Amino acid sequence: MTLIGRGLALLGLILSPSAYAEWQVNLMPGVTEISRAVYDLHMTIFWICVAIGVVVFGIMLYSIINHRKSRGAKAHNFHENTLVEIIWTIVPFFILIGMAVPATATLIKMYDKGEAELDIQVTGFQWKWRYHYLGEDIDFFSSLSTPREQIANESEKGEHYLLEVDNPLVIPVGKKVRLLLTSNDVIHSWWVPGLAVKKDAIPGFINEAWTVVTEPGIYRGQCAELCGKDHGFMPIVVDVRSEEDYKLWLAEMKQAKAQASDAATQDWTLADLMEKGEEVYNRTCAACHQVTGEGIPGAFPALKNNPIMVAEPSAHIDVVLNGKAGTAMQAFRDQLDAVELAAVITYERNAWGNNSGDLVTPAQISKLKQ
Amino acid sequence: MSTQSYYVPHQSRWPILASLSLFLMAIGAGGYINSLGKEEVSGFSGFSLLIGALFLAAILVGWFRNVIKESMAGMYSDQMDKSFRWGMSWFIFSEVMFFAAFFGALFYVRNLAVPWLGGEGEKGISNMLWQGFEAQWPLMSTPDMETFPGPKEIIDPWHIPLLNTVLLLSSSVTVTLAHHALRKNKRDAIVIWLAATILLGAVFVYFQAEEYVVAYEELGLTLHAGIYGATFFILTGFHGLHVTLGTFMLLVIWVRVMRGHFNPDHHFGFEAVSWYWHFVDVVWVGLFLFVYIL
Amino acid sequence: MGTLEQTVETEEHHGPARGITRWLYTTNHKDIGTMYLWFSLIMFLLGGCMALSIRAELFQPGLQLMAPNFFNQMTTMHGLIMVFGAVMPAFVGLANWMVPLMIGAPDMALPRMNNWSFWILPFAFSMMVSTLFMEGGAPNFGWTFYAPLSTTYAPPSVTFFIFAVHMMGISSIMGAINIIATILNLRAPGMTMMKLPLFVWTWLITAFLLIAVMPVLAGVVTMMLMDIHFGTSFFNAAGGGDPVLFQHVFWFFGHPEVYIMILPAFGIVSQIIPTFARKKLFGYASMVYATASIAFLSFIVWAHHMFTVGMPLAGELFFMFSTMLIAVPTGVKVFNWVATMFRGSMTFETPMLFALAFVVLFTIGGFSGLMLAIAPADFQYHDTYFVVAHFHYVLVPGAVFSIMAGVYYWLPKWTGNMYHEGMGKLHFWLSFIGVNITFFPMHFVGLAGMPRRIPDYALQFADFNAVASVGAFIFGLSQLLLVYNVIQCIRVKRHTTAQVWEGAEGLEWTVPSPAPYHTFAQPPLVK
Ligand code: HEA
Ligand code: HEA
Ligand code: HEC
Ligand code: CUA
Ligand SMILES: [Cu+2]
Repeated sequence: MTLIGRGLALLGLILSPSAYAEWQVNLMPGVTEISRAVYDLHMTIFWICVAIGVVVFGIMLYSIINHRKSRGAKAHNFHENTLVEIIWTIVPFFILIGMAVPATATLIKMYDKGEAELDIQVTGFQWKWRYHYLGEDIDFFSSLSTPREQIANESEKGEHYLLEVDNPLVIPVGKKVRLLLTSNDVIHSWWVPGLAVKKDAIPGFINEAWTVVTEPGIYRGQCAELCGKDHGFMPIVVDVRSEEDYKLWLAEMKQAKAQASDAATQDWTLADLMEKGEEVYNRTCAACHQVTGEGIPGAFPALKNNPIMVAEPSAHIDVVLNGKAGTAMQAFRDQLDAVELAAVITYERNAWGNNSGDLVTPAQISKLKQ
Repeated sequence: MSTQSYYVPHQSRWPILASLSLFLMAIGAGGYINSLGKEEVSGFSGFSLLIGALFLAAILVGWFRNVIKESMAGMYSDQMDKSFRWGMSWFIFSEVMFFAAFFGALFYVRNLAVPWLGGEGEKGISNMLWQGFEAQWPLMSTPDMETFPGPKEIIDPWHIPLLNTVLLLSSSVTVTLAHHALRKNKRDAIVIWLAATILLGAVFVYFQAEEYVVAYEELGLTLHAGIYGATFFILTGFHGLHVTLGTFMLLVIWVRVMRGHFNPDHHFGFEAVSWYWHFVDVVWVGLFLFVYIL
Repeated sequence: MGTLEQTVETEEHHGPARGITRWLYTTNHKDIGTMYLWFSLIMFLLGGCMALSIRAELFQPGLQLMAPNFFNQMTTMHGLIMVFGAVMPAFVGLANWMVPLMIGAPDMALPRMNNWSFWILPFAFSMMVSTLFMEGGAPNFGWTFYAPLSTTYAPPSVTFFIFAVHMMGISSIMGAINIIATILNLRAPGMTMMKLPLFVWTWLITAFLLIAVMPVLAGVVTMMLMDIHFGTSFFNAAGGGDPVLFQHVFWFFGHPEVYIMILPAFGIVSQIIPTFARKKLFGYASMVYATASIAFLSFIVWAHHMFTVGMPLAGELFFMFSTMLIAVPTGVKVFNWVATMFRGSMTFETPMLFALAFVVLFTIGGFSGLMLAIAPADFQYHDTYFVVAHFHYVLVPGAVFSIMAGVYYWLPKWTGNMYHEGMGKLHFWLSFIGVNITFFPMHFVGLAGMPRRIPDYALQFADFNAVASVGAFIFGLSQLLLVYNVIQCIRVKRHTTAQVWEGAEGLEWTVPSPAPYHTFAQPPLVK
């Protein structure tokens, strides 16, 4: 939209109430009991503030209009009155109590943990989320799926620009789901407005949050704590499904996992690995080491022309599998499967002029992973 | 309020030079610390730090000499004296708050963070991440013993720390005795009591240093030893620095006493240092209690 | 040593020294105040340019102008520079100029230290700004620098940032000590505490806050330094520490810090409104008590910035209630201002316009603050643009407008010349309109779910962001008028009287305009 277009749209907004639908200017009531309670609370305090504002600004405006010198107003000579001072101390106090009561009630409801039907451990990583369904053998990463070209303005932005992921969190409708939040590196915050859940993911500690979603659907949110360079690019998508669909999804996930381990035993050619590796690299590693492999000086090392790439591969494999403690370089052992790891390592060793010619096989990695 | 006219010094070079030397120190310290652990420790930075520090020391000497001269010349009214008093009191208050930050950290980790990590209290579920870790204080084994190997042993409060407590407490007494002597204008007694105070301070610092050597070499109690070591060293370390600084200030006062700078009614320099000394003392009592004993 | 009893007449009616050394070596409160104010203006422009670069990047979705890492550096430096470089030094500058004049003191209590407090700042900020050119870039972890992003994961320049913070802390503490000593010790005879002008009162309390919390900030950055370079584990669970510990200590400093940026503003507005309403301030005593209550409460509310870190319920409730309480004394202030205007005889010169805008827009910011204080609702607001809207309402049309009001109000006293009223009003109206176009839409995008500190955003936030960006440029460019007005007022001789404003009362209006280099060498008698 052009600037003028926007200006007109703004005018339109002011003139026609129907335009509000398109322009979200308020909280969403959301899809849980809690989120609706929060919304009501929000509206209550908002209107109280508006009312106080109308009174205070009204009196002020009245004075500005009527008690101006140019209108011949003469200054009166009062400047002390204990009674009004007491009144305007006590009245706001009671208004505050009026707000505190529903706020406390809502808060207590939120803190009422109780038993959940599904426990999911959510771990923040620089710049993706890991969902581990406790008790089920399901554990996957969820990262931004918006193509780079859209961010760089090289192609049209999609409908869910920056709010879409490769693997959403899938949960059943109407069930109490408990989230155990933690982080692998810095502090992140898991926030989905529609559920009114925002809780920090703190490395080394676990925070609990829970939700019962009442309507199936897709709900989107974002990381809400500055967590470094790509803080703006770590969305959250929650896919709430009916009980049956959820069961179906569980089964699919388990099957996919079995297939992946089959692939690791196949033979891979250098070209295949390079192709797969490039894809994995650009998806997983390029956020830090850059597509060109040149890194960002002072923050992320270059992999291009890096001596590790041409030396004997074990050091390279080690750093990718296990990361480096205390740096942004995370352990990829569990994030990627054996094929992906082998592919990305092979790719790094042969891309950007790092022509080591080495081929690291999935079988090799599988052995190390055990 | 008094109606005396107030002494407003004329221009002075000291402040801007002092700012410059602080700047040199900060740049130097930053560069130096950043180069630690690299192949080449930054020589330029080290140099800048050193020069800045020497410079600052020289400036402080010059600045204080100025102030002392003015004071000796009788340029300071009673009202001026009060400004100094307010200044020193609020400075000490700011120091109190500096230590409060570290004491606060100590209480927080002891009463909240460590128990949570060990599975107690509202966030006890965090123990999931550190299976096998148990909360205890002193924290002998940390959640991740590989990265932060806990101390093997901690310092027995009833040896050196107790001795140090006695030393510092008696130094507070001796400095008060010196003050009384000053009020009665007994020069010899002042000199002796002050000397005793300085000696006690110096011995304290010596024992503290010895304690650190033992901690590092025998007990495995180091900065890396997890949160126990971290809080231990930051509290005792900053306290030790303050004792060192205080001893140095006492030394200056001692020399001034010998030169006859103070008289029974006018000796704010002396009082300021003795306030500071009492403050350092009180902090130690807190340390002895919360860091060593409890 | 009988000489000590004598007081020496050191009083000499000499003017300022010539050349650059006047500024380098000065001990004169007016010179130092002037330097603080210029320094602050430069920092405001610098921090403002960073804000404009943020707004330019956010004009449209997608990444256009800068890489995300640089964007984070801009956000961080903008916040730090505005808070520590623009607003705080401006208030200290006003205090330096006006406190001695208002209480009838010959100068600040400790004039050489006063100079030192100032000169540390340019050095500290050159060091901090120079980090932009270092390898790995400037600090990129937000002005709140939460660990471990600011420790384990920080760029190397964090070490310089830490030392810069230490230096700023030293400067602020010394400045505050000086102000307290001046107010407590150098009042003219008859100037009892309950006769102090409100600007002096608010600064007395602010200085106390500064001395109480700046050392805590120094402590927390020291712990960071230890964690980064010396292997401690204050903010690392692996060694038994806690990243949240950082936040507690930081906000124990940080919350009083935001009141440090608003109490002197209350003081300025309480000076200006009675002058232009030609009526005494309503409820002087209750204003003093309200200020003191706000200061007291500010020490026990810090964790309202941390509602989402997972505090136990009791903590959450305590901090919610104590935060809400602050609305009571602040309300008293607002009501008193309105009551002062009521039945006055008002005129609307530039200082008054800024003061009136302050009352309205600060109150709006206060309302959103109160909404944030409601913990369950804050779960939705926290770390969104709703927070950004809140604090810009209290900081820009709050603190910054009060500074501008003060500058227009006292500029004739400083320079002896009247500024150009028409241009002043133009500056006001452009700023007033600009500021609302910039920050009001941020409430909307915040509620709609836009997180703060992001260089790129989802499409539904696009329109209001574009509006905000346009507003920012309007507001920013109008500040060129401020610069113009100040310089013009210094250079164009439009002589004014000692009293300057018809309704002005107080000692500062009894000395000639421009105020002579030395004032009140003999203390005036206050009835
Ligand atoms: C000048 C600075 C300033 C001031 C004065 C305030 C004032 C207040 N602030 Fe604000 N605040 C900031 C600067 C400031 N704040 C900043 C910089 C941040 C963000 C930091 C960061 O994360 O980067 C922040 C963030 C912040 C948060 C955290 C939000 C979050 O991150 O989730 C909260 C939460 O409680 C809060 C609350 C308040 C409250 C209750 C007040 C109260 O003092 C307001 C009181 C005033 C009124 C209420 C209006 C007048 C009163 C009446 C007319 C009386 C009648 C009214 C009623 C009874 C309702 N502020
Ligand atoms: C007193 C403090 C203060 C002040 C005055 C301002 C002023 C402004 N701030 Fe402020 N801001 C903060 C304190 C302040 N801010 C803080 C603490 C944060 C949080 C940081 C963090 O998240 O860590 C923040 C964050 C912040 C953000 C959020 C960034 C993010 O979350 O990623 C934004 C975005 O719009 C913003 C915008 C602005 C704008 C447009 C102004 C304008 O008012 C500025 C106007 C001034 C000028 C523009 C300069 C003067 C004009 C000229 C020099 C004219 C010449 C100019 C040209 C020719 C271009 N600020
Ligand atoms: C969140 C940021 C980030 C991501 C994502 C990332 N890295 Fe790294 N990587 C780093 C950092 C930081 C270092 C430097 C660690 C150090 O200080 O030694 C590093 C170091 C390395 C090294 C060692 C280089 C050397 O000179 O020591 C290799 C090899 C490497 N990364 C490969 C990868 C691969 C393969 C991926 C993706 C599968 C990846 N990285 C993803 C941040 C990242
Ligand atoms: Cu993760 Cu922000
Ligand atoms: Cu606050």
